[in-house]
Amino acid sequence: MTRLAARVRRVALVAVPLGFFGLFFAYPVGSILARGLAPGGHVDLGPVGRVLTDASLRGIAWFTVWQAALSTLLTVLIALPGAYVVSRFRFPGRGLVRAAIVIPFVLPTVVVGSAFLALGFRPSLGAIVVAHVFFNYAVVVRIVGGFWSHLDPQQDDAARVLGASRLRAFRTVVLPALRPALLGAAAIVFLFTFTSFGVILILGGPTRSTLETEIYRQTAELLNLRTAAALSVVQVTAVAAVLVVVGRAEGRHRVALRLRSARDTARRARTGLERLFVGTNLVVMAALLGAPLVVLLARSFATTGGPGFGFYDALGHLHANSVLFVPPVDAIRNSLVFAGEATVIAVGIGGLAAVAVARGRRGRFLDGALALPLGVSAVTVGFGFLIALDKAPLDLRTSSLLIPIAQGTVAVPFVVRTIVPVLRSIDPRLREAAMTLGASPARVWREVDGPIVARAGLVAAGFAFAISLGEFGATVFLARPNTQTLPVVIFRLLGQPGELNFGAAMAASTILMALTGAAVLLIDRVRVARVF
Amino acid sequence: MKRLAVLAVTLTMLAAAATPARAASAPPVTIRLVTHDSFAVSKSVLAAFTRQTGIKVEVLASGDAGAALNQVILTKNSPIGDAFYGLDNTFLSRALGAGIFQPYQSTQLASVPATYQLDAQHRVTPIDHGDVCINYDKTWFSSHQVPVPTSLDDLTKPAYKGHLVVENPATSSPGLAFVMATIARYGERGWRAYWAKLRANGVQVVDGWDQAYNGSFTAGGGNGDIPLVVSYASSPPAAVVNANPQPAQSPIGTMLSSCFRQIEFVGVLKTTTHVAAARKLVDFMLSQRFQADMPLQMYVFPVRDGTPLPAVFTKFAQTTSNPLSIPAAQIGHNRDRWINEWTATVLR
Repeated sequence: MTRLAARVRRVALVAVPLGFFGLFFAYPVGSILARGLAPGGHVDLGPVGRVLTDASLRGIAWFTVWQAALSTLLTVLIALPGAYVVSRFRFPGRGLVRAAIVIPFVLPTVVVGSAFLALGFRPSLGAIVVAHVFFNYAVVVRIVGGFWSHLDPQQDDAARVLGASRLRAFRTVVLPALRPALLGAAAIVFLFTFTSFGVILILGGPTRSTLETEIYRQTAELLNLRTAAALSVVQVTAVAAVLVVVGRAEGRHRVALRLRSARDTARRARTGLERLFVGTNLVVMAALLGAPLVVLLARSFATTGGPGFGFYDALGHLHANSVLFVPPVDAIRNSLVFAGEATVIAVGIGGLAAVAVARGRRGRFLDGALALPLGVSAVTVGFGFLIALDKAPLDLRTSSLLIPIAQGTVAVPFVVRTIVPVLRSIDPRLREAAMTLGASPARVWREVDGPIVARAGLVAAGFAFAISLGEFGATVFLARPNTQTLPVVIFRLLGQPGELNFGAAMAASTILMALTGAAVLLIDRVRVARVF
Repeated sequence: MKRLAVLAVTLTMLAAAATPARAASAPPVTIRLVTHDSFAVSKSVLAAFTRQTGIKVEVLASGDAGAALNQVILTKNSPIGDAFYGLDNTFLSRALGAGIFQPYQSTQLASVPATYQLDAQHRVTPIDHGDVCINYDKTWFSSHQVPVPTSLDDLTKPAYKGHLVVENPATSSPGLAFVMATIARYGERGWRAYWAKLRANGVQVVDGWDQAYNGSFTAGGGNGDIPLVVSYASSPPAAVVNANPQPAQSPIGTMLSSCFRQIEFVGVLKTTTHVAAARKLVDFMLSQRFQADMPLQMYVFPVRDGTPLPAVFTKFAQTTSNPLSIPAAQIGHNRDRWINEWTATVLR
């Protein structure tokens, strides 16, 4: 009986996330690709061949890959020291810094693009890369830092005592332990920059296109589904290849570690060098992440008659008599409710998947599959929904239920990638010891894995919540007049002329920033039972 | 939990909708109007329609005009709505070619000039028009003592080097309209040479209207540095309405010789089960009440004769009775090629 129950549990661990993935991703995307590549019922891969032989399309594909690789490399290099600082050192305002770095992640690209232009950036490759680092800094800090804060500092201390240099101790002890988290984070950053849309359009200028912008153009503007499908096949193949490589690399480096409570691993900077290191990183964060945010903040108060709350006021009454108007309070509530639901979906699906990934061999496939949506064009998924989920009871096309589902889908890979490294590194001897002492499997889970996973789950939840708050690509297609979120309101305001509209958009962006910071701060504050 | 309940209710309603209605009295009908993101109407106006007819209207704003249309085309066998509004003359032939509309000749069309009625079969009904024009920042030109350009030719002169920002026609509807303006003005033979000259004169290209107007234009919201922008004839009144305090004069002017006319249409979708209700909505959109509401909601002009314009429009909007234009069929036949040629000329 218990064995049957265990088997049911094992199957459910894989089946639930896989079913979700199949229904809300694979099926719609498959449908739209089929419409493009097999319009008459028989498959014609000719367009795919054309993409690969057409010089300009090949150029687009190549540019997509290398700008993403460059952006990912720089993001990791710049954010890794930052992850170390916020996870290992105690300093005044640490909680605030940890919450604040997530803010860039939720801001609509149109808004950030305008802030970068105001800072003097002109459309160029450099502007694209800097903006990508700005957006994705938090990905590395949250995922890697979240794991780092549980690593036992005594291990590298021991290496230092044994005569290893600081660098050598990092390379031989810390880096191998961090590797799964680092690879997981880098993979997500790569997918994000690979499918980056607004940044490329605004900061790349009209001469630079990527697979993502080209798929959008071919699908939404030209309705050329054949070329769009061919480009999507190239995109999906590239993304899948990257995920397989990363998955292999992660699998090879499984190290059981002694994990500690985050509270035991952080300490004050002791030496001058350490203080300099912490200080430098905080300055980098302030300049890189802070400057564009300050531009938006300043603009939201810069009314014609001098600094004031005029734009915030305008947010409440501008267009108040229009059917598409939502009072700011309602937009905030919509944002919070959808983000809350999306977080529940993401943590539920992602949590189950994480356990399956950490335990089973088939897990690696699941891990890669769930990350795939990050690497596939939003317009492909969106248009896929339209043609695939069109029959009752699955006709969710005009239901507001799709909003948290879409947002949750985007957040699932973060949840998986935050929890899996932690789960994998729990020393199996701990479990075995508990079993030997007579604990049931459920009890082992509750007492050994549970508390650590709960902490990682909270980190993941905070991030999932932030992602959902800022999600725009899917939400703008799905939102109805009464279900508009803050990013949708910002987008609509920016679509209309006049300084009040622009100022009100800046005010709404500032509210979104504050809301994100507060939400992440709050979630980070939730304490789980102390581990060990 | 609540959402699950909502789902359950939705499913029940869907099931109910699938079974033929047995009740004798007509239940209140809800129809869905698929449209673009720029759609707006006063709450009171739409409420009046519901009061008069018992028909509720759900608005589905689904991306820009092109994306919204393509969604309707893709879903024509299992439609997401009953009527589609926001189709313009640059997309008209694609929509008609896809066969998504059913004919309906509203009696209200008697009050609409024939120049707006582009489909003889009345599969689509004109609702409004807007002119895409070059706008200029009055303050910039007077303080820099540069004369305001008056013709498209002027824009290629050294005095305006680097002073014009346009939208990419591949991604922006005003951007496309302005390319059409140059094709209408210089013809198939000359328009690419004109753009080559604009390019040599430092024309800036951005992705969309928002980046051009709010980001690059000196009189937009975001302190840009370019005093000429492709926008609309309604931007000058909009700049007055959406400012606090409202200026006595609009800070923005319109270069009338650059204007290209966009006409927007509504159509009843072929597959709707609410034909009568959708037709009533078309009638209502042509009524004086809806037509008079549009200028301040969507910054477009009514097509119905004798519709009073708001004071800010009569005071600050300059329009031309003779805009540049190209027949819709010709646009439909050539638009993709024109966009590709424009890209090759200006961006490559």
